[in-house]
Amino acid sequence: MSTTVLPSYEDATARYEPVIGLETHVELGTNTKMFCGCPTEFGAEPNTQVCPVCLALPGALPVANRAGIEATIRIGLALNCDIAEWCRMARKNYFYPDMPKNFQTSQYDEPLCTDGYVDVEIDGETVRIGIERVHLEEDTGKTLHVGGATGRIHGATESLVDYNRAGIPLVEIVTKPVPGIGAKAPEVARAYVTELRDIIRSLGVSDVRMEQGSLRCDVNTSLNLPGEEWGTRTETKNVNSLRSVERAVRSEIIRQASVLDAGGRITQETRHFQEDTGDTRPGRSKETATDYRYFPEPDLVPIAPDPAWVAELKASLPERPSVKRARLREEWGISALDMQSVANAGAVELIEQTIAAGASPAGARKWWMGELARRANETGVELAEVGATPAQVAQLQALVDEGKLNDKLARTVLEGVVAGEGDPAEVMAARGLGVVSDTGALQAAVDEAIAANPDIAAKIRDGKVAAAGALVGAVMKTTRGQADAKTVRDLILARLS
Amino acid sequence: MTAAQIAGLIASGETSAVEVATAHLDRIAAVDERVHAFLHVDREGALAAAADVDARRSRGEELGPLAGVPVAVKDVIATKGVPTTAASKILEGWTPPYDATLVERLRGAGTVMLGKTNMDEFAMGSSTEYSAYGPTNNPWDLGRIPGGSGGGSAASLAAYEAPLAIGTDTGGSIRQPGAVTGTVGAKPTYGGTSRYGLIAFSSSLDTPGPCARTVEDAALLHTVIGGYDPRDSTSIPQPVPDVVAAARLGATGDLTGVKLGIVKEFAGEGAEPGVIAAFRESVEALVKLGAEVVEVSCPHFEYALPAYYLIAPSEASSNLARFDGVRYGLRSGDDGKRSLEEVMSLTRDEGFGPEVKRRIILGTYALSSGYYDAYYGQAQKVRTLITRDFTSAFEQVDVLISPTTPFVAFPFGSRTSDPYQMYLSDLYTIPTNLYGGPAISVPCGLSEGLPVGFQIMAPTMADDRMYRVAAALESAVGTLTPPEL
Repeated sequence: MSTTVLPSYEDATARYEPVIGLETHVELGTNTKMFCGCPTEFGAEPNTQVCPVCLALPGALPVANRAGIEATIRIGLALNCDIAEWCRMARKNYFYPDMPKNFQTSQYDEPLCTDGYVDVEIDGETVRIGIERVHLEEDTGKTLHVGGATGRIHGATESLVDYNRAGIPLVEIVTKPVPGIGAKAPEVARAYVTELRDIIRSLGVSDVRMEQGSLRCDVNTSLNLPGEEWGTRTETKNVNSLRSVERAVRSEIIRQASVLDAGGRITQETRHFQEDTGDTRPGRSKETATDYRYFPEPDLVPIAPDPAWVAELKASLPERPSVKRARLREEWGISALDMQSVANAGAVELIEQTIAAGASPAGARKWWMGELARRANETGVELAEVGATPAQVAQLQALVDEGKLNDKLARTVLEGVVAGEGDPAEVMAARGLGVVSDTGALQAAVDEAIAANPDIAAKIRDGKVAAAGALVGAVMKTTRGQADAKTVRDLILARLS
Repeated sequence: MTAAQIAGLIASGETSAVEVATAHLDRIAAVDERVHAFLHVDREGALAAAADVDARRSRGEELGPLAGVPVAVKDVIATKGVPTTAASKILEGWTPPYDATLVERLRGAGTVMLGKTNMDEFAMGSSTEYSAYGPTNNPWDLGRIPGGSGGGSAASLAAYEAPLAIGTDTGGSIRQPGAVTGTVGAKPTYGGTSRYGLIAFSSSLDTPGPCARTVEDAALLHTVIGGYDPRDSTSIPQPVPDVVAAARLGATGDLTGVKLGIVKEFAGEGAEPGVIAAFRESVEALVKLGAEVVEVSCPHFEYALPAYYLIAPSEASSNLARFDGVRYGLRSGDDGKRSLEEVMSLTRDEGFGPEVKRRIILGTYALSSGYYDAYYGQAQKVRTLITRDFTSAFEQVDVLISPTTPFVAFPFGSRTSDPYQMYLSDLYTIPTNLYGGPAISVPCGLSEGLPVGFQIMAPTMADDRMYRVAAALESAVGTLTPPEL
């Protein structure tokens, strides 16, 4: 490969206008698969969540999952789409090693939701991103290549197929092309996926975890000279983090600019994003387009959502996350940046509920974004599943406010709560962790500390009050952290004055 | 003896289900070498099921109207623990881990499944000559075809190997074999019987249904296998019409006030004179029972055959894509050196027979981009027009009547060299499949010593009306008895 000198990003976007488009797949969090009754739990033993239908055994027939249709309609409504009064599933015929039927049940010319939009804010400016369609389909299984060093097909001695994922409902959200955003294209792409993720999470229809593949994004990018027609686009597949969405658009703009600068032509192709280098590499060329031989799925009756039902779903949509965030930010008195990290951690609802249970906004945020977020991170679970409830966090904060726990003790109590030992008060009692502020009990410890540290005691008597800290520390040690530091200090100073 | 009579004897204790099953298994052992109606006989399973019925009877449990009656099942229907191949090499040795809904219902009703019957591979054909395991011979003349694709089911009845059988009808595969073997074959309303567990040929057309030697038996079997099934999205959430009562009403021989429509477009063209003669005599017999006959026009029926031969192969090309040698059945050429694509290609080349390949290619072509609108899309429009023809005809008459097939059983090999000649076998049966309504074939006499079938077509979900007329005809012309084997 010849070495090409890449232009800088600023240089590229000064000369070319990017147009982006995003196709996002969201795995729905339904209890059962889209066309059969198999469970959808993530991470189960391979091929334990399968039946004749999702294995495509001869004779087996699909039946549509109403929960999947409802979730798709709710997503469509949240994205301001029109909901089809009548539509059908279609068969998309192609071969894929882990697709049991060798056709995918999907939607083609009759999607469930069409023509919506999402607004995102970039530097205080609103960018409206049009939604072309939202449709429903099924996921494929997963292939595992074993025997090779890399786990990739190359060098593998055999391939194994896990059909647990086959048939899990998948919603595809396709934007209209987004032109006119210039150098902000990567940021807009990221902001869109972030907003989309937040909206879908607020609907409770998916856990939208990019790292687990329940939200997957394909990014289309093209460049054109100002005033000229849109260029040929490339499609960067399966970008699996918000940061990567931004990087993928950015690197593709730079790459395409360098090709165009050299008088080259962009070929329509699929590209793969490289996490390590941040650039994209070519995959399948689309010069010879696959003929999917779409036709209406004869095994399924058409979908005709009752307009009254759709109206009901529309009326029950939750507050839009961006609106809610703005409102809560005001109420909680935090910065936009802090709010974003709260949202990213999936902590908005948890903090809200903790406040509702009586905690102050600062107190609620402190525990969820501090100790609990750290724990969730370490153990790799969602914050909501970390083991503490909003009510328990509110109770913990109340104990601190009442002076029954200090910060350090509170952390220990929280550990017990997360370990399933009960509510904070119970853990406190069981472990004997309350703050000791009874002066009678503390006086002995203070006297002991003074007797053991005559030098320090002398200094304090000489008026060096700052030295009291060392004695406080000694008392804390003998009381296993359960003494109230202020009380101890007062006792020391009273004795030595 | 009819299935109803057998059930009566078992219920009264005059005979046992085990005795009945043994008698039929012995008959199969004696004649099936010559008939080849069965691909697999489940002797052990049949005797166990029969013993269970006898045990239940001795405990005084109430038994269903077909309890203890043997039944043969077309090999395109999944039977748990019993091999199911759709008469294709590609499914050789496959044993389903589950039962089709209708098999569950057969077991639930206490019928005794004898085994799996021969058929054209994946139900594609009109003569059972396309079975990968060799053809079935017509008990009326072992040198002739038993019809298709359900030749095995029909022949098992005509050979007295089974009193009841299950077929599937995509373009006439229950009715046409019924006609050429002198037995009764009914295609229920599409969605009236569940397709769950039926290995799909053409999903929008496939309809499982009963095969029997009498109309009443067919109605009894229809009642057992029919009705809503939540596992089939296209299943109709309504109860089966009371077809047994309708058959019994028809058997009284009174058709006063019933209007029969003869389809003008079916007026004899291409049909053998003997077939037309038998049909006309039967119409006269029905008139004597009080029926009124009028001619109706269904102008789009002439396009039914070409539309069918675009829709059915299109759906088949997609339905059969799952047979790739990866998960079940045959796998050819997996020597560790060939690629996945080569193994799949070899498996399909060796596993699929000529007619199946022909239809897959036809269907793949008809669905491909650039041809979809001209072929598949156009065929769907024709389908709509044919449905309208039926709807307007049924505004004028109660049922439509025609011969079931244009010709009687033909000798082996006489049509395999010309697929179009073979396709003509289903000329009269196909319009009903495109429309979705019920239709039945009843024996109505002989032509050159071979059975002729009489077809009665009814509006969707008016299966009872068709049974009434069929039973009346049966009461007038009688049933046919094949020569001794």
